[in-house]
Amino acid sequence: MNKLSAVSDWILFAGFSIAVLSMPVWLAPFGADYPDLMQRFAIFGLFAIGFNILFGLTGYLSFGHAAFLGIGSYAAVWSFKLLTMNVLPAIMLSVVVAGVFAFAVGYISLRRSGIYFSILTLAFAQMSYNLAYSVLTPITNGETGLQLTLSDARVIDGIAGIEVTRTLPFTNLFGLKMSGMPGFYFCAVVLIIGFFISIRIFRSPFGTMLKGIKSNQTRMAYTGLNTRPYLLWAFIISGMYAGLAGALMAVTDPLAGAERMQWTASGEVVLMTILGGVGTLVGPFLGAAFIKYFENIFSAYNSTNLNQVFDFLPDGIQAVAVDVAGLFVGSGWHLTLGLLFMVTVIFLPGGIMEGVRRLGLLVTGKSKKNKAPAAGSSSTANEHS
Amino acid sequence: MENTVLHVADVHKSFAGLHALSDIDLSVREGETHAIIGPNGAGKSTLLNVCIGRLRPDSGHVIFDGENLTGKQPHEINQLGVVRVFQTPEIFPELSLLENVMIPILAKRDGAFKLRWFKRFSSEKGVQAQAEEVLTDLGLGTLIGSEAGSLSRGDKRRLELAMGLAQKPRLLLLDEPTAGMARHDTNATIELLKKIKAGGMTKVIIEHDMHVVFSLADRITVLAGGRIICQGTPEEVKADPRVKEAYLGEEQV
Amino acid sequence: MLLDALLLQVLNGLDKGGAYALIALGLTLVFGTLGVVNFAHGALFMLGAFCAVTLEKILTISTKVKDESITFFEAFKEVPILEAKFPVVGGFIVDYSVPFAILFAIPIMLAIGLIMERGLIRHFYKRPHADQILVTFGLAIIIQEIIKHYFGANPIPQSAPDIVSGSANIGAVFGLGDNIVYPYWRLIYLGFSLSVIGGVFAFLQFTTFGMVVRAGMQDREMVGLLGIDIQRRFTIVFGLASVVAGLAGVMYTPILPPDYHMGMDFLVLSFVVVVVGGMGSLGGAVLAGFMLGILQSFASMNEIKSIIPGIDQIIIYLVAVIVLLVRPRGLMGRKGIMED
Repeated sequence: MNKLSAVSDWILFAGFSIAVLSMPVWLAPFGADYPDLMQRFAIFGLFAIGFNILFGLTGYLSFGHAAFLGIGSYAAVWSFKLLTMNVLPAIMLSVVVAGVFAFAVGYISLRRSGIYFSILTLAFAQMSYNLAYSVLTPITNGETGLQLTLSDARVIDGIAGIEVTRTLPFTNLFGLKMSGMPGFYFCAVVLIIGFFISIRIFRSPFGTMLKGIKSNQTRMAYTGLNTRPYLLWAFIISGMYAGLAGALMAVTDPLAGAERMQWTASGEVVLMTILGGVGTLVGPFLGAAFIKYFENIFSAYNSTNLNQVFDFLPDGIQAVAVDVAGLFVGSGWHLTLGLLFMVTVIFLPGGIMEGVRRLGLLVTGKSKKNKAPAAGSSSTANEHS
Repeated sequence: MENTVLHVADVHKSFAGLHALSDIDLSVREGETHAIIGPNGAGKSTLLNVCIGRLRPDSGHVIFDGENLTGKQPHEINQLGVVRVFQTPEIFPELSLLENVMIPILAKRDGAFKLRWFKRFSSEKGVQAQAEEVLTDLGLGTLIGSEAGSLSRGDKRRLELAMGLAQKPRLLLLDEPTAGMARHDTNATIELLKKIKAGGMTKVIIEHDMHVVFSLADRITVLAGGRIICQGTPEEVKADPRVKEAYLGEEQV
Repeated sequence: MLLDALLLQVLNGLDKGGAYALIALGLTLVFGTLGVVNFAHGALFMLGAFCAVTLEKILTISTKVKDESITFFEAFKEVPILEAKFPVVGGFIVDYSVPFAILFAIPIMLAIGLIMERGLIRHFYKRPHADQILVTFGLAIIIQEIIKHYFGANPIPQSAPDIVSGSANIGAVFGLGDNIVYPYWRLIYLGFSLSVIGGVFAFLQFTTFGMVVRAGMQDREMVGLLGIDIQRRFTIVFGLASVVAGLAGVMYTPILPPDYHMGMDFLVLSFVVVVVGGMGSLGGAVLAGFMLGILQSFASMNEIKSIIPGIDQIIIYLVAVIVLLVRPRGLMGRKGIMED
């Protein structure tokens, strides 16, 4: 894997770009080709790709990355309110603000490692969340969430002579409305840029140093490397990705709420990353897309259409089946998510990418027959980690 | 009189009232191979740890080339050119041998931190060539692409030595470089260290194996009970009755 | 006046602190012996609370009886069957459903703990802490969502027995005037948590079993070498922690109406408590639990909030950050436990 040549990276990048940009085409048979969902694929894919730069490369498990996502959203909405409805200043501002916050949080949290680091990041995220709901209400608008209003200043738009409309203005890219398909393509392009940067980081000396830290941090210090700034930069960069993802959420739907910062949201990005494959390039995006896709499907079900699904069963069994299935769908989607979390960690710590690799081995027949059945058992999972 | 490179001046270190090191005064001259020997628990490892910044002495100083090492971070000490090779192989098991050796070379070239996230690691052809050369020198040339964790224990130790040598250190600290090695591996390592010696690198070796010590060392310091009991050339040390006593004492225990 | 206010805040903090201490005690016990970071521990607290809810539901399965108080037409009212059949005893049992839930919860929580340890936790002893966190986090979500599915998203108020539903005039006791009134149930909770804590400590201090467990917290390797059936002891320790968390939940229901996410809320705080107290330190967990509970209630005083707005929201996290930075092993943690 480490010896992948530059050429194969370009092929990977080209393949990824084509796959993302052509999503409206190949997702159509799955009924997932509408802009709102595809935007979410791109946004959460970006979030997970950024998270993976920290967790995947250094092994530091942050449980507070949703805070940067939320901060990014707030910054973007403020840019829409005060400066302009153009999305470029908004995402730039978000990335900078998230980066500054990540610097502050990372500077303190990275003084510790392991579970202490996780708890410190969690504590910071919870503080941000609690404050956003209480004293910071002037900035965050508390429970209602930060929204656009007609009376917003929008200084730059004013100078540029953009007419004030009677209805709320739309987010735009130099006049192009950022909702619907254009919104998706914008997110997709940002995702592709983010993916490109992630490839470069993975293959760079910086990325190799981060892998060294994950592998043996003490040794890095005795090799003459100051691990603190390496970790801090990884933390800041992944925080900026989260801020960018938060900005894109605001771009496609200009409002921001504190619930985006809750620690369950931080847990979700962890799940996306491990489900896809920690430390792999494409994995985090796959994990994010997988979760958002099934969230969409599962959430849509309710007891009525469940009854239809299980219509073929005898009455008594149908009722039971509907009841059991009802646990997992609709608002029970989170239960499915929790189950997915456990199943992934127990049986497939390498995530989807590992699964694909094993499947590949199986197909090409390289795997020995006696090994194949054990592939999913927890005992190999134990050895694996 | 040759230049003194490392000067351990009047170092004391105690753990919970137990004197691990007392009155340690020791000079290592440029280009020499200096062995530190002594029975188990004599304080050899503690002394080495004080030298590389892992432990802080209670009093006294460790001066390297005019710089006080006491209280410096491990990476700062390494950047000054003091490199330690550990007893238990400390490597990067998930990375390839090549990467394992390229990292220290980059650390020496670029300093303790450099944010280079856009350039490709594999485009560092000069560094790669250097790393390959060192690996080949140590007989690991055929394995450069494999994962370091998959190596045998002996090869891991050789890899670690390669990581240390790749930095072309001004002072190399070796912690029992042959411990746990089979006889022929030990001999190969001795030959290798002799070769380095010919290159003029200053070395401090902690060693248990007298065979190794007497085939390599220019001067020897004998520790016992946290104190230096004898210092001199191999011949002088061999002749010193206190050394025999210290080692005999150990055997009785 | 100031003294009154301070005393009241101390009291307010004590019952919350008791809950923190009880949860943190189990967390740190499990961590110290099994070496497992259990993010599902808060869910056990929540399950305990829902044991109380369930028992109350069972006891108050109702029937329609004629309402005697209305005489001029035939009216019916819902009355628990138990109360309708056995007016005196039944009424008593319904009234005391929360205390009775303790008896109900002990076997249930024990069973849940044992199953959880055998079925899941056991396989994660040797896995990295990150994996333990992730898998138990997943389990916590599952438990929480199942509860939400069956009990709904809204808090379900539980009442303390009538006789203790009032408040004590603590001020009068201390001769400080009549401003300090304190609900009886909170006093009971405080006493209850102190006695459970005392019980756990006595168990660990005076039984052979406890001695082995404590030795295990000191040096797991060594006990592993000595211990016959150390595995079984671990399972029991986990079961014990589960029961303690569950009881903390049962008794907390009259103070805070239970809902499905209370476990997560308390878990995050209890983790902070464990860290502040020192990973693997039982005394530290208890001390830090009460300390942070009191600190939190001080921070929510208006006088303090007007000086530092929002401090009540973040005080616990802030303390955790400071402790972790200044004294990474916590207040009473031993050196070397999970220090990097």
